[in-house]
Amino acid sequence: MTPVLEAKGLSLAFGGLKAVDDFSLSVPPRALHGLIGPNGAGKTTVFNLLTGVYQADKGDIFLAGQRLNGKKPSAIAQAGLARTFQNIRLFGELSVLDNVRTAAGVRAKSGLWRSLLRTPLYLAEEDAIVERSLDLLDVLGIAHRAGEQAKSLPYGDQRRLEIARALATEPKVLLLDEPVAGMNTQEKHAMRSLIESLRSRFDVAIFLIEHDMGLVMDICEHITVLDHGVTIAAGVADKVQQDPKVIEAYLGVPDEDEAAS
Amino acid sequence: MSRDPARLLAARVGSYRPNAIVSVLRSAYPVVIGLVIALLLQAMIAPKLGPFYAKLLLDIGIAIVLASSLNIVNGFAGQFSIGHAGFMMVGGYAAALITYYGSIKFGWLAPGAYGVDVHGGFLGSGDALFLFSCVFGGVVAAVAGLVVGLPSLRLRGDYLAIVTLGFGEIVRVLVQQTSDVIDPAKAAGASWLDAAKALGGPLGFTGTPTYVSPTPWLEDASGQQTGHAGIFFTFAIVSILLIACYRLKTSSHGRALLAVRENEIAAEAMGVNTSRAKVVAFVMAAFFAGVGGALFAHEVGVTLNPKELGFQKSIDIVIMVVLGGMGSITGVVLAAAILTLLPELFREFAEYRMPVYALALIIVMIVRPQGLFGIKELWDLAFWRRYVVPLWRKVAGGWLIPRSRQHPPAAIAKDLSSRDDDGAPKGAP
Amino acid sequence: MSKLLQTLVNSIALGSLYALIALGYTLVYGVLRFINFAHSDVFTVGAWASFVLATTLGFAVTDTPMYAMPLILLASMAICAGLGIAIETLAYRPLRRAPRLNVLITAIGVSLFLQNVGQLKFVFGTQPQRMPPLIEDRSLVEILGVHIRLVDVTVVLLAGFLLFSLEALIYRTKLGRAMRAVSFDERTASLMGIDVNRIISITFGIGSALAAAGGLLFALKYESIKQSADATWVLLGLKAFVAAVVGGIGNVRGAVAGALLIAFVEMFGAAYFSPHMRDLYVFVILIVVLLVKPSGLFGKAVVEKV
Repeated sequence: MTPVLEAKGLSLAFGGLKAVDDFSLSVPPRALHGLIGPNGAGKTTVFNLLTGVYQADKGDIFLAGQRLNGKKPSAIAQAGLARTFQNIRLFGELSVLDNVRTAAGVRAKSGLWRSLLRTPLYLAEEDAIVERSLDLLDVLGIAHRAGEQAKSLPYGDQRRLEIARALATEPKVLLLDEPVAGMNTQEKHAMRSLIESLRSRFDVAIFLIEHDMGLVMDICEHITVLDHGVTIAAGVADKVQQDPKVIEAYLGVPDEDEAAS
Repeated sequence: MSRDPARLLAARVGSYRPNAIVSVLRSAYPVVIGLVIALLLQAMIAPKLGPFYAKLLLDIGIAIVLASSLNIVNGFAGQFSIGHAGFMMVGGYAAALITYYGSIKFGWLAPGAYGVDVHGGFLGSGDALFLFSCVFGGVVAAVAGLVVGLPSLRLRGDYLAIVTLGFGEIVRVLVQQTSDVIDPAKAAGASWLDAAKALGGPLGFTGTPTYVSPTPWLEDASGQQTGHAGIFFTFAIVSILLIACYRLKTSSHGRALLAVRENEIAAEAMGVNTSRAKVVAFVMAAFFAGVGGALFAHEVGVTLNPKELGFQKSIDIVIMVVLGGMGSITGVVLAAAILTLLPELFREFAEYRMPVYALALIIVMIVRPQGLFGIKELWDLAFWRRYVVPLWRKVAGGWLIPRSRQHPPAAIAKDLSSRDDDGAPKGAP
Repeated sequence: MSKLLQTLVNSIALGSLYALIALGYTLVYGVLRFINFAHSDVFTVGAWASFVLATTLGFAVTDTPMYAMPLILLASMAICAGLGIAIETLAYRPLRRAPRLNVLITAIGVSLFLQNVGQLKFVFGTQPQRMPPLIEDRSLVEILGVHIRLVDVTVVLLAGFLLFSLEALIYRTKLGRAMRAVSFDERTASLMGIDVNRIISITFGIGSALAAAGGLLFALKYESIKQSADATWVLLGLKAFVAAVVGGIGNVRGAVAGALLIAFVEMFGAAYFSPHMRDLYVFVILIVVLLVKPSGLFGKAVVEKV
């Protein structure tokens, strides 16, 4: 089975600092993979490499067999790779519905001219876009806020809106950057079941970055661990949890005095 | 999602297109209404206003064209362009080139007269040449917009400002290098290339035919009409522009443009080709600025010259957009009207106009940076929704209120939602 | 050959003037990351202030004392430093946390305000004036038929002195270190005990003072001072800004290098191609630099955190 997202030997250096070193990844369709590591490990940098925000110095990226190297982020999104952001990046002044509409409209066939002339094709597509956007908002549980300004939303709903917006582009792979950061236990619980349900509902593979170990170990089928840009472990949850290198990266090596006592 | 999207779309399109004529009418009726209003303004209202206020109305129309076109770039796309008068100049000179030298080559020349015969009656052959020159001016300005915008729109905000400012100055410098306008007698034999080099230089393009007159009914000493239907032309273009702006803003493409303004990185990540969107906005704005320039060039009493369309003019337009609310169509129209009226009403204080404007700009940025309406339109404001809409619904049964506003998204959402008001799944026993 | 030398002399003199203005742009950009559109208008005010001081102090008479120029120089530098600090405190500081676009618009507002208030009857008026010759108009030496005038030498030497002083200030004093710290990372600098507001005010003051010096030197060299909203000032400021960008905005040495480059292009272009298109040459350079290396000759590209 061809993996829907594949990275081979990605490397990126900022001046003398190696941000990402020889990163590889293989995500099957509808899979749920996780990327963890201490702060500053380069996780978001990996996302930025995959989505085309940074150009890798070395390595290849494939989406459903299509090579993505050197493409602009918008082209990559159109190819089917969508993402959310660590520090939420919504279109604040626009309404919740509009946030999703802009992403959904990317797949429309009618261009600028048809919008200005209001041709039947345009009108039909707009209707379909609005309906699909409301549908998405409903699945994410925020349809009742469709008319509100995005920046006025409570934090948890903002994260949901980001996910709805990313899903509107009809992606094959969804990258979630810390989807439950800053949430309480109840919200995290709801988010957890939501993320799991997305895979079958939208036929999408999910690759997420998270710091909440409980969530990651629970729902991810495969976990990659990054530290200082280097992949120190990769595999199923149990294996990664017990890997000494992973423990060292997160908790450090016991002090010599401590070890002795 | 197992339903075939293509079939559904085809079915939907069918419901919007009972037949081609209906769909054309549906798409064109706002423009027709706009043209009718323009005609009414010219034929009925302008004569009642008298020459002074008719000229003011004309100036307001042109200001609206310029400010609304800049609004597409500064407001919708959120880019900072401060050389808009440069496109106005490009369009104006291109249009004047066509009408002046064109009229001469067509033999409509009135020998020895200042200005050239404005041939034919209302919507006659002279007007046709004039309208063609407006479109030509717009196209030339649009090309200039492409040349300027393509390389510079990927630069950061401050740099774009400098580039556009530089563009405005360069156009001014180049125009000042042109030679004097060729005399009508000699111009008939001159080639178009020579004509293009003879645009009047620093003194201006003397002799442009006066197609845009606020008072075409007035006759001069010899019984000749002094101009053509300026207010009609101007407001016809105003209505086309405003309809285009509205349709742009409310479409998903327009929302994508606004998204570029809000958060460019996120917009790019959602599949919006941000550079392309910005360039398209820039070119569209340049086109309409060119048309505005064409209108301005042919206005009665105006000699197109490079000094008048320099940095000061660009800033005047920027101020209208900023004070009206960047991204608000109604706000900018209102600001353009007010800022054209005020200087005329307070003529004695002309010296203090710019310092007062400048101070207003600074204070607005500190105290109320969104200007009058922000990104919202007049009908989005709280007071409009609370008072005007219910009143109109009672009086006229909600006529002209767009369907989506009669059924706000919350209502649609409720219909589509799989849960009812209490949170239980619908259809449950 | 003499034309070459004359053009060379003119380039260096003009380049020194551009450098003084360009430094104001680059210093402010270094600490605040924004382009102070109003900076060139401070330069204009400096030129006019020098004129007003010279005439009111009675130096319009032929026999100008030796102390006239330094006195007026210091006075106008002080006035403009005060103006720059006032602008920062009143117009820019309230918008420190606002979106960049808002501050840009405010800067344009300040620029317009200065230009147009300067034209009012009770300020500088709309009549162009002639600067009294505070420096004797004599030729110091003649090489290859080209007169090296005292004025040009003064311009270059004075500008050079100010530039070296600035360099020393930034790289060898505690204040300079604080300025560089603020330009690297404002928040961390304040955590390290640096009074960021004070540093920013001082930066504006220094930039404006340099612009004032440039204004006086400009008035001495070119003698005719046009009304404050005249296009010549706008163009001058624009070209100095181009110099700062070409050199790498935020980089002090780059500003000087850029200024000399721009002046050379402008002067040689005017002398050997067409004098009418001098502004065009400068803008062409700007476009080329922005397309090829937007960070300028000596600047570093800034990577935005996504």
